[in-house]
Amino acid sequence: MTLCDLSLAEARDGLRRRDFTSTDITTDCLDAIAALNPKLNAFVTVTAERALEQAAQADRRLAAGETAPLLGVPLAIKDLFCTEGVRTTAGSRILGPFVPPYESTVTANLLRDGAVFLGKTNMDEFAMGSSNMTSAYGPVVNPWTRHGDNAQLVPGGSSGGSSAAVAARLAPGATATDTGGSIRQPASFCGIAGIKPTYGRCSRWGIVAFASSLDQAGPMGRTVRDCAIMLASMAGHDPKDSTSADIPVPDFEAACGRGVKGLRIGVPREYRSDGMSPEIEAMWQHGLAWLREQGATLVDVSLPHTKYALATYYIVAPAEASSNLARYDGVRFGLRQDGSDLQELYENTRAAGFGAEVRRRVLIGTYVLSAGYYDAYYLRAQKLRALILRDFTEAFEKVDALVTPTAPTAAFAMGEKMDDPVTMYLNDVFTVPANMAGIPGLSVPAGLDSAGLPLGLQVLGKPFDEETVFAVGAAIERAAAFATLPSLRAGVAL
Amino acid sequence: MSYMLEGRTGSWEIVVGLEVHAQVISKAKLFSGAATAFGAEPNSQVSFVDAAFPGMLPVINRECVAQAVRTGLGLAAEINLESRFDRKNYFYADLPAGYQISQYQMPVVGRGSIEIVLEDGSTRHIGVTRLHLEQDAGKSFHDRDPVLSYIDLNRSGVALMEIVSEPDIRSPEEAGAYLRKLRSILRYLGTCDGNMDEGSMRADVNVSVRKTGEPFRTRCEVKNVNSIRFVMHAIEAEARRQIDVWEEGGEVEQETRLYDPGRGITRSMRSKEHAHDYRYFPDPDLLPLVLDPAWVEELRSALPELPDAKRARFIREYAIPAYDAGVLTVDQAVADYFETIAKGRDARLASNWVTGNLFAAMNETGRSIENPPVSAAHLGQLLDLIADGTINGRIAKDVFEAMVETGDAPAAIVESRGLRQVTDTGAIDTAIAQVLAANADKVAEYKSGKDKLFGFFIGQAMKATGGKANPAAVNEALRRALS
Repeated sequence: MTLCDLSLAEARDGLRRRDFTSTDITTDCLDAIAALNPKLNAFVTVTAERALEQAAQADRRLAAGETAPLLGVPLAIKDLFCTEGVRTTAGSRILGPFVPPYESTVTANLLRDGAVFLGKTNMDEFAMGSSNMTSAYGPVVNPWTRHGDNAQLVPGGSSGGSSAAVAARLAPGATATDTGGSIRQPASFCGIAGIKPTYGRCSRWGIVAFASSLDQAGPMGRTVRDCAIMLASMAGHDPKDSTSADIPVPDFEAACGRGVKGLRIGVPREYRSDGMSPEIEAMWQHGLAWLREQGATLVDVSLPHTKYALATYYIVAPAEASSNLARYDGVRFGLRQDGSDLQELYENTRAAGFGAEVRRRVLIGTYVLSAGYYDAYYLRAQKLRALILRDFTEAFEKVDALVTPTAPTAAFAMGEKMDDPVTMYLNDVFTVPANMAGIPGLSVPAGLDSAGLPLGLQVLGKPFDEETVFAVGAAIERAAAFATLPSLRAGVAL
Repeated sequence: MSYMLEGRTGSWEIVVGLEVHAQVISKAKLFSGAATAFGAEPNSQVSFVDAAFPGMLPVINRECVAQAVRTGLGLAAEINLESRFDRKNYFYADLPAGYQISQYQMPVVGRGSIEIVLEDGSTRHIGVTRLHLEQDAGKSFHDRDPVLSYIDLNRSGVALMEIVSEPDIRSPEEAGAYLRKLRSILRYLGTCDGNMDEGSMRADVNVSVRKTGEPFRTRCEVKNVNSIRFVMHAIEAEARRQIDVWEEGGEVEQETRLYDPGRGITRSMRSKEHAHDYRYFPDPDLLPLVLDPAWVEELRSALPELPDAKRARFIREYAIPAYDAGVLTVDQAVADYFETIAKGRDARLASNWVTGNLFAAMNETGRSIENPPVSAAHLGQLLDLIADGTINGRIAKDVFEAMVETGDAPAAIVESRGLRQVTDTGAIDTAIAQVLAANADKVAEYKSGKDKLFGFFIGQAMKATGGKANPAAVNEALRRALS
């Protein structure tokens, strides 16, 4: 038993009871990182010295009787969050040398609440990917393996470093971001919980932008409650982000214990795709049965525009990305590859700095915004986006939450699904609609497939009703009693 | 008669539309808290937002929006209660984000109009298509180093209003009148200082030519012209070039051009094939800009009296000629100066003194109306001295010159220099008697019918009194003496 096995809530409570110190648990996490990261590649940067300083400071505050919400709790931070004085790469070579002189609002909120930062986690380059294979800093290895198969599996993406770190118990919790499923899909692949809150719930200020109208920060934890605790600290109105919502942050942790009695749970029929594996289908039915047993009513609902969500997403997100990534030009920060004139400086810098997937999306985005194509692609995608939102709005007139599978498959092996990008994009088919509509979505581990890999269920809720999402997620979690551990984890001899 | 250019094949009408970029007067930039002072050390007024660092986000500056709305109201334009910011994407070293935040499809201000007054006193309305808010870019310096370019981002993110006119302008004179009127309105409103030499007001000029009655032909845009005079020259030069192209059987290509004031010509900057595809789309970092109608009304009720209204009031209230009223109301400070001295005095005289002697003195001394060569209080006192007969109009001019030189009050100058008007009839009679005695021959000529000599006697009598005599009294006394 190491302190790494504690959930975030247990760690927080143990620290408050002074059962152990922040230095104790931080040291255990750093030791586990030192032991396992060479294998997992979950962290791009480990800030051991800084973490121990923060832990020592937290210990002094704890000794003085202070009770900030996360005082002394160690966390991993996705390398998309700018952290003052700590290199922030966004998984890209182009930001390799970039050390931000500012702290993102979300991480500043966590520091305000007493958290200790262990380091920065690996991710798909600029959060573009569903496997963590696009990172300039090498792929992340999923701590889970299939029965009787040593193939290295992907942790999902883009927040694969965060999900692997939390699953392998290198940290009790991690920050992540979700543009099309980047929290929920890796959570599902790694057997942990993760929530993308409502768009506007967390400030985007200081988070390296991928697609501004879709990007949203959220937490990853081993329990739904851990996610609730972290989100309460991360969320809140920020005048520095015009799209951040000026809405009070409720007690998410309390909502986890509400139960689902009397709730109406929608089952969207369009999510029953033809190619869905029987195991995923079975898991979904289990989850629905658990909720019914706990007093919820199941309601069949229709979200007719779901089938357009993925195509629409792959217009809107690259369009915004092509513009957001224009600032990486070698002029002011990050990588610079000189050229004989300005044009060559741009070409050399961006060719050397961006990987293939990022280049592909910048090209797609540039194309769909070009004169003559804008109406056919971008404008139509915006119209469809409105229809997708309307589908959800109408469904939520009848139900309190929706439950679906998180991803169409369990974690796949590195090298699988890499033949063409569209196969990879299909991973996001169940998660993308929530980003298009801006609604909250949580993934909770619900069981294992026949190969012994975790599968997650997704709970979708009304805008700014994360409380119901947490309540439903916690109910599934209780019924699932998911207790299997990944083969690679802290405290296990390699 | 409308303005036409003569070509080989007949006369041509020119068609001009202006896009004016007016820098908003505000303490902070459009989307960042950074300061906006002109002439600061390079790169000293740059926030991480202006330099487009990763994760930085724009937040609209309320005061800049208020300035745009005030300007819209000043142009009698529609205020769009909902507008939107778009990104205009292009790569350049002084554009840190790789896009400029602008308002492409839904500007904050819609249709308005500007009335211009031409030399001949006629007026025309020039339509304003729209006014939108956008960010300025930084500045590149290519001449400081043989290999490197230097970038100053102080201007990056500063708020600009782009004010677009309809293609209603038909002559260089109208373009000049439009720009002067627009600048006057902006200055009255305090929304832009209108200083073209500092670059806080710049114009892009769209020019085409056509034969009378034709639809519009292809236009060219002459970019970034930085004085009213150059705008007027550029229009003529570009129109002449286009006429030559058409008359030689060619086709004017739509393109962006630059005006070279040294050579008085325009030259091609980039052709249509090389035109940028700006890939405009709504900026996802910003919500639609929604204005509260009550707030707009608040701004409206706080607007100052604008040039047209003031001009009309001056004509009505002070009974001065329309031309004078126009001249006096171009600049609010001049109008205020005039009103200070016109109130309770002979307004027409006041107008003459301001537009004549005061303007001349300002030109000579290089001083501005804000720091005038003669204060309004002193000029008012001078008019009082004329009105109460202490001095006559001729002496007043000398007193005024002394006021410019010394800054002293007119009464003090009149006293110390003994310029008080002579109204003493005895002294005047004596002077007249001397003049008549010395010019007995002319007196005889006058009496034999040469009436014009009356003026000569007046002049001599005034001279004899050192110019200080009351002209009316001299007139009367002379008539008596000669009858």
